[in-house]
Amino acid sequence: MTGGALVAATIPARKAVAAPTDVAAMIAQLTGGKPIADGRVTLDLPAVAENGLSVPLTFAVDSPMSATDHVRAVHIFAEQNPLPHIASYRFSPLSPKAEVSIRIRLAKSQNVVALAEMADGAFYLVKREVSVTVGGCTG
Amino acid sequence: MTKPLPRVRMPATAKPGEVIEVKTLISHEMESGQRKDVSGQPIPRKIIKEFAATFNGQEIMHADWLPGISSNPFQSFYVRVPESGTFVFRWTDDDGTVYASEHKVTVG
Repeated sequence: MTGGALVAATIPARKAVAAPTDVAAMIAQLTGGKPIADGRVTLDLPAVAENGLSVPLTFAVDSPMSATDHVRAVHIFAEQNPLPHIASYRFSPLSPKAEVSIRIRLAKSQNVVALAEMADGAFYLVKREVSVTVGGCTG
Repeated sequence: MTKPLPRVRMPATAKPGEVIEVKTLISHEMESGQRKDVSGQPIPRKIIKEFAATFNGQEIMHADWLPGISSNPFQSFYVRVPESGTFVFRWTDDDGTVYASEHKVTVG
C-alpha cells in the first residue's frame, strides 16, 4: 500500500490510465473536504458501450433552479481515462433544469462519476459502471 | 481541417416561460493530445474547450470541455424562454477562435 502510494506520488505524469484515487483527489479538491451525499444527481449511461469513442451520457440534478436553490455546477469524471476529468458545467438560475446530454470517450471499462455542487454548498455524487467493448484510446 | 460548423436545433416560437430543448452539434476533431502520429510524435491537443449559452446577453450555462469529449461534440440541454429574445451559443477553440450561433425565439 505504501509502495503504491509512493509510486503514484513520484511519477504522476504520463500514465496510460488514471486510477480511481486520482478522481477521488480531484473531487476532494472541488469539495474542499466537505461531506458528499448520495441522491439528487442521476447519471444515465449504457451499461455496455460498444464504441468507447462515443458513449452517450446524460446527467440530471433534482433542483427547483431558483435564485436561492439551484445547481451551481456538475463535474463529470471517468475514473480510468488517461485524462479523467471530462467536463464541468456551470449553471445560473436562468437555467430551467440542470440536465445535459453529451457524448464522451471511455478508454476502457470503468466507473463514470458525476459530482453536483448546489448553491448552498452541498455536494451530491453518483457513480455508474460502464463496460466498454472497444476502447476509445484517445480520451 | 474544414472550419468547424455549429448547428443548433431549437424551436423558433415558444409560450411565455416555456422550457424548450436545445440540441447543438459542432464539427470538430477534438484532437485529445494523447495520440501519436505514424512517426511516434505526439499529436498536439486541439479541442473546443468551452461552450456557453446566453439569452439576451445573460449567461444561462457554461461548460468546460476536456479531451474526454467525443469528436463532433453533440449536446442537448434546456432553456427557458421568458420573453421574445435571442439565444447565443458560443464554442471556444483551443486556438482562441470563437464559433457562434444566434437564434431568435418569439414568444407568442
